[in-house]
Amino acid sequence: MQIGFELNGKQVTLEFEQRETLAEVLRGRCRLTGVKISCEAQVCGSCTVLVDGLPVSACTLLAYEVRGKRVTTIEGVAEETGRLHPLQQAFLDHFSFQCGFCTPGMILAAKALLDENSAATEAEIVAHMNGNLCRCTGYLPILKAIRQAAAEIRGQK
Amino acid sequence: MKPLGEFQIVNHSVPRGDGIPKVTGSAIYTSDMTLEHMSWAKILRSPFARARIRSIDVSEAKGQPGVIDVLTGGDLHGLHPYYGHGVKDHPLIAIGQVRFVGEPVAAVIAETELAAQEALGKIAVEYEEMKAILDVDTAMAEGTPRIHETDFADGSFRGFDDFPGAAGNICQAVHVGWGDVDAAFASAAHIAEGEFYFPMVYAYAMEPYVAIADFDSKGHLTVYSSAQHPFMVRHDVAHVFGLPLNSVRVIVPYIGGGYGSKSYTKIEPLVAACSWKAGRPVKLQLSVEEAFLTTRGDDARVRIRTATDANGNLVARQATIHLNTGAYAENSPMVCRKAANRIVGPYRIPNVKIDCFAVYTNTVPASSYRGLGGAQVTFPGESQMDELAEKAGYEPLEFRLKNLAQSGESIHPGMRPIDADIPGDIREASRMLNMDRPLAAGHGRSVCCSASDAGAHPVTLAMVQVYADGAVSVLSGSTEIGQGSHTVLTQIAAEEMGVPLEKVRLIGSDTAVTLFERSTGASRTTTLMGRAVLEACREAIAQIKAMAEEVFAVPQEKLVEERGGLRCGEIYLTWAQILEKYFMMEGCSIVGRAYLRKAGDLTLIPVFWEIGVVGVEIALDEETGKILLDSLVTIGDVGLAIHPAMTEGQDLGAATMGLGAGLFEELIYDGQQLMNGSMLEYRVPRFSDLATHVEMKLVQNRDGVGPYGAKGGGEGAVNPISPCIANALYRATGVRMRTLPLTPERVWKALQEKKRQVL
Repeated sequence: MQIGFELNGKQVTLEFEQRETLAEVLRGRCRLTGVKISCEAQVCGSCTVLVDGLPVSACTLLAYEVRGKRVTTIEGVAEETGRLHPLQQAFLDHFSFQCGFCTPGMILAAKALLDENSAATEAEIVAHMNGNLCRCTGYLPILKAIRQAAAEIRGQK
Repeated sequence: MKPLGEFQIVNHSVPRGDGIPKVTGSAIYTSDMTLEHMSWAKILRSPFARARIRSIDVSEAKGQPGVIDVLTGGDLHGLHPYYGHGVKDHPLIAIGQVRFVGEPVAAVIAETELAAQEALGKIAVEYEEMKAILDVDTAMAEGTPRIHETDFADGSFRGFDDFPGAAGNICQAVHVGWGDVDAAFASAAHIAEGEFYFPMVYAYAMEPYVAIADFDSKGHLTVYSSAQHPFMVRHDVAHVFGLPLNSVRVIVPYIGGGYGSKSYTKIEPLVAACSWKAGRPVKLQLSVEEAFLTTRGDDARVRIRTATDANGNLVARQATIHLNTGAYAENSPMVCRKAANRIVGPYRIPNVKIDCFAVYTNTVPASSYRGLGGAQVTFPGESQMDELAEKAGYEPLEFRLKNLAQSGESIHPGMRPIDADIPGDIREASRMLNMDRPLAAGHGRSVCCSASDAGAHPVTLAMVQVYADGAVSVLSGSTEIGQGSHTVLTQIAAEEMGVPLEKVRLIGSDTAVTLFERSTGASRTTTLMGRAVLEACREAIAQIKAMAEEVFAVPQEKLVEERGGLRCGEIYLTWAQILEKYFMMEGCSIVGRAYLRKAGDLTLIPVFWEIGVVGVEIALDEETGKILLDSLVTIGDVGLAIHPAMTEGQDLGAATMGLGAGLFEELIYDGQQLMNGSMLEYRVPRFSDLATHVEMKLVQNRDGVGPYGAKGGGEGAVNPISPCIANALYRATGVRMRTLPLTPERVWKALQEKKRQVL
């Protein structure tokens, strides 16, 4: 089957089989391997992408479901100039990753929150991020990065 | 020794070398790779824990669309199909029988992953089920059949000469001891005794095991793998195929988590055999559910007693440890050795007797898990320290301070003396935790510590390439598992060569390009590879100094080393400039190298003592039994932190992993079936489990054998966290928990039991 959608700011039309998940299409057909596959059960959040700005587990969403929608992966988060998104920079500043396997999903999940509410409280951040697992960092460095990026985004507004 | 403040790059939290790729999604992991003409493998797994394979019919599967070939245990003629660095007991695919539910029985190789998956259902296997041996007691009972009916060759790897393999279902037995424990217990003033259980845990590296194998037309094999130890994989795979070491090239891209679970050889021999059979490059990507069926941590039952004299001095410790090692040895013989050593704790104890057994059962093979036996035995060891303190009439902190080994003191006869300030560390942790502050109701605090014989066997070789344009490459066989080694090693090279960090490139891990490094584990990389890189830089500098005599036309004694080069009077030349003038050619480079082995100041084992010091304050919800973390403090006694922020990150990460096993992680078997082998059912720490107050501190006494006095970190904090929580719970409630994890249900039941006793 063939569908069209917006992928990282560009209109694309893709051919794939009906049974393919969004993660399979993005990784296999678009070579956007920043979409990471881990639990395949919507538990870990490593495959998180944004669909119309909302965080979604690409591992369990049929690609067909994003027809006509706007999909953002980690590859589409930095500006075209290469300038990093405040969250990406904050993840670097706070050493908010080690192995890095959860990082794309973490950044996208956090982006969905901050795009909606850059004044999110600590409790709101924790509640929002609770569906993204990290086995390396112990979470605090990620929390610090989200706080820093939130402050920067608020400052820009 | 260069004072701390004079370092330019080392001891600074510089940007990570792998930072930009990891935040932009461009970091390539083995999972992300494909090769030209690559095919895919999928695995058919055993539904039985113990059975003979009567027959396997693959004819229908072979005829399925897209299927290239099928591999079974009957296809391995000409190979040495059993591998293992300790005991060669592990067939790369089941041969004649299966020993756990989930063991690979057949592999389909197909043009696509889906075609391989679909063909699995067309394979007919006839089993003859046998009674499974599922627990340690049954396995060790008289008359129980052997899980492995033959004796296996010892792994031939140097450094593993203490792997005897034992009779029956005992995979490994280790006995550690000194003094006379019987006499000491007979005359002791206070004795604490009990049985403890540390659960079966799963490391959950987020990237499941993955490998790509490619035999080329000349018979050379290239393997891309998520392996922590590429040189160990090379050894095992070369043995299986009877290839010389230079015919097997193992390349490790970025790795999505390891924590010990990707130590040693996992799926690589199987994937290589698939490529060998199919004549194509083959990729095998396991799912997380399959990773659950590949490696787990050894669960441990520990019977332990400890005694003091009338003055509160420890006089004896005795323990019997049974590790449930599962169907194959993997690294459990070493876990057995380490558990036996580590249960002694960082204390001076004149009489010790430890008997540790790694026991085969028909369950998923156990192997390295962060801390390598440390977490399993620090739980009983440090829990018992609190119990004994109470009996002897001391506060837990005071009791520990009284018995802790000082720096320079031995805890194990014949081993390296303690190279850390553990009394200072636990005082500091207690201060950070405000131990003297009154406790709120339902709250409890504790500080616990551990000392692990870390670093593994010291064989580490490194090269640096110094270029005439000022660039430097570090060629290292250590793997970047997220711990930051690629950053730390470049920092050391930049510091030594006096070049900006951006000029240093890390090359690795690729066994065809870098020199041998035994392993990336046991917290050794900063200490051993860091030191090898430092020595390789110095060796390169020594070569350039000799060249400089000719360039400056003066003897070396007249040349003064200044950061990044040499000065002779008014003239200063960088190392690079000297190289260019010496060769009179642009684009040259020279190689500095270092070969570390068990010699000189690395003769004594361990390479260093890895210290774990944590403190917690818990808040218990008595209605539900749920334990929340109010405060978590960690001390990293690391000699010198090459990269302070990442070092603290290791402590927090290790503490959080320990928290998982302490509070909720446990693999549960119902009969022969693993019941919770998926992330839907296996609970690991989440954002909401983070302590309300977190403080990490580094102690930098420059007391290690690593570069600038550094020692490793990264596994220390995982060990003492669970006893710390259990001790804090005791403080809060008077309930002593000896079985982990401390789930709400388990804690609630214990609280009810206590209430009934009081009534």
